[in-house]
Amino acid sequence: MQQRIGHILLWLGISVLGASAVGGIALHRGESINALWFIVAAVCVYAIGYRFYSAWVAARILMLDDTRATPAERLNDGRDYLPTNRWVVFGHHFAAIAGPGPLIGPTLAAQFGYLPGTLWILAGSVLGGCVQDMCVLFFSTRRNGRSLGQMARDELGPIGGAAALFATLLIMIILIAVLGLVVVNAMKHSPWATSTVIATIPIAIIVGIYMRYIRPGRVLEGSLLGVILLLLSVGGGGWVDQQPVLRELFNHPGLPLAFGVIGYGFLAAVLPVWLLLAPRDYLSTFMKLGTVLLLAAAIIVLQPEIKMPALTQFTDGSGPIFAGSIFPFVFITIACGAISGFHALIASGTTPKLLSNERDIPMIGYGGMALESFVAVMALIAATVLEPGIYFAINSPAGIVGALPSEAVATITSWGFPVTVEQMDALAKAMGEATLFARTGGAPSLAVGMASIFASAFGEHLLAIWYHFAIMFEAVFILTTLDAGTRVGRFMLQDMLGNLWPKLGRTSWYPSVIFSSALVVAGWGYFLYIGVIDPNGGVNILWPLFGIANQMLAAIALCVCTGILIKSGKLKYVWVTALPLLWLTILTSTAVYEKVASDNPRLGFFAAADDLSQKLASGVLPPEKAAVAPQLIFNQQLDAWLAMLFAALLWIIILDMLRMASRHLRGLPVPESKETPYQQTRLETQQGATA
Amino acid sequence: MQLATARSACRQFGQALRLKLKQGWSLLRELSGDDAYERYLQHQALHHPDETPLCRHAFFKREQQQKWQGVKRCC
Repeated sequence: MQQRIGHILLWLGISVLGASAVGGIALHRGESINALWFIVAAVCVYAIGYRFYSAWVAARILMLDDTRATPAERLNDGRDYLPTNRWVVFGHHFAAIAGPGPLIGPTLAAQFGYLPGTLWILAGSVLGGCVQDMCVLFFSTRRNGRSLGQMARDELGPIGGAAALFATLLIMIILIAVLGLVVVNAMKHSPWATSTVIATIPIAIIVGIYMRYIRPGRVLEGSLLGVILLLLSVGGGGWVDQQPVLRELFNHPGLPLAFGVIGYGFLAAVLPVWLLLAPRDYLSTFMKLGTVLLLAAAIIVLQPEIKMPALTQFTDGSGPIFAGSIFPFVFITIACGAISGFHALIASGTTPKLLSNERDIPMIGYGGMALESFVAVMALIAATVLEPGIYFAINSPAGIVGALPSEAVATITSWGFPVTVEQMDALAKAMGEATLFARTGGAPSLAVGMASIFASAFGEHLLAIWYHFAIMFEAVFILTTLDAGTRVGRFMLQDMLGNLWPKLGRTSWYPSVIFSSALVVAGWGYFLYIGVIDPNGGVNILWPLFGIANQMLAAIALCVCTGILIKSGKLKYVWVTALPLLWLTILTSTAVYEKVASDNPRLGFFAAADDLSQKLASGVLPPEKAAVAPQLIFNQQLDAWLAMLFAALLWIIILDMLRMASRHLRGLPVPESKETPYQQTRLETQQGATA
Repeated sequence: MQLATARSACRQFGQALRLKLKQGWSLLRELSGDDAYERYLQHQALHHPDETPLCRHAFFKREQQQKWQGVKRCC
């Protein structure tokens, strides 16, 4: 009894603390607000969501059964299917879902102020993203670890399945292009960053050779060696930056760097995995976990002040970083930090094959996403601790604020965010960069934010080292996603092409490997190239397109979940996945409509194409812009069609699901639910461990 | 007397700490896949005692090749 009262009081305390922290953030209107409030609000919201909502969903809707044998137990082959310690599964799952998206999205969305992003990261994750990850993980576990595409085909029909597969391939291409653009913008005219990022390639290869030939399979030794070399490469980059000759070797504009990234992506896709991809992934996982923990510790110790206002005037859609009003674009921009469709691919496939007991599903599915969302909150803090003037000067493309530093500061100051050229020069000098103006893509501003937090917590004189450490950290795991994504895209493409000509589907036939890798790389390489030559920064086009695609994939996953819930007779509770689905459908459809139909050339793709065509025809463009204008016009039109294709795919799947649901409710035959029959577990239950 | 109690408490604490560190280390090894080969040998001995297990080198090669066949990393 006493314990029970203690329990109630504890959760009452957490609720009150959480509510006052969220309320404090939402209602605060003053000079600045302490970042610790964001951490407190986030931790309380996740704790309450996990303790109550996930437990309720698990017990009432999914009805987890800890006596039921999981696929890992039933199909244990010692390789794919393997009952694994739940903390180890959690670690693998989190390492797989945590990518660069939650670092970039919140940084860009900070142009609306700190409030919209924070609220959506918290609400979207506990009510949407975490639920999606957990439900997909559960349904896949009950279906022998089948993938999202297979579940869509089994439960909805062949149309849904094909649409899901095609959508995934397209997202991959847009995602890699935008990530490539982020890296290119971080390396542009920065010998230090470029040499450090390039050094990560031989370092990964050294680690790969070490783990393969010198000490086979000694992952920890190899990773430790790699992390030490990476840290040395940050210092080494600083040394390169001081050498007049070497410096020029690594000092490049965007375009050659983009071609470098494209060539690298192709090599990484065709080289054996042990040489580059696998060792790079070990390094990026360790760097990622280490840096995120360090950032959390620094924020808690330092408690920096948030300088960005709660809301800026750009909620009306006139923002310099990307165009579009707060609804729907704050949601589209945050993307992975709140709901990520990509997680559904991880939650169906690898993770369910490792689960030793169903009762671990809330911790891994819901808890894993909550932690990912926490990373997004920290990225938002790192972006908003900067003076708003500095934040906008770093992130606004030259096409919007002006190419000259004096023009840029004048424009940004006129918005009410004072900043001076001297301030920016001093900052660039402290960070060891030539300039920080118009460094779009989010990575440099995140690095400046992280460097200032780290430097004030661990040593003020090391700003430049911390800045390039942060750039290296972002680049390492962006490049890992780029490698892994290109390879996955290649497998998917080979799978599809195999239907046309079986030989092309063989993943070990070298001509097919080269051909399909080249096609995938050409796909994202094209968007990356256009992104680099676009004077408005490219991010304005690519990030919303990526956000739309990602949210659409989440809607597809929720569609599959909703369909299964209806079929399994849980119509009463279907809102748990149907409401997030409805919200995402409204979001993506509105966003696509605005991106296609808006007559504002910054927002609408067709409007931009028309605007540029008119300017080209009337001869007002300077020659260097006129030269690339036809490509930009074509690209804007292509993007419009792509956005419409995304919306069409989503609606096809929704209608397919509704058709199936209505048939089921009218008692007509529907594809049978493929849940594997009950079999009792023989594994020893670790009841004590979960209490 | 008191000294003896203190000493035994100290020893107990030391043992508990060592146990925790050991658990943490084995969790880290399992998480990173550092002990994958040992686990594989155990699995083979238990389920396929008639087969000759792969050598460390070949096992690691197969593991990595297989690990990167599907979607393993997200945005």
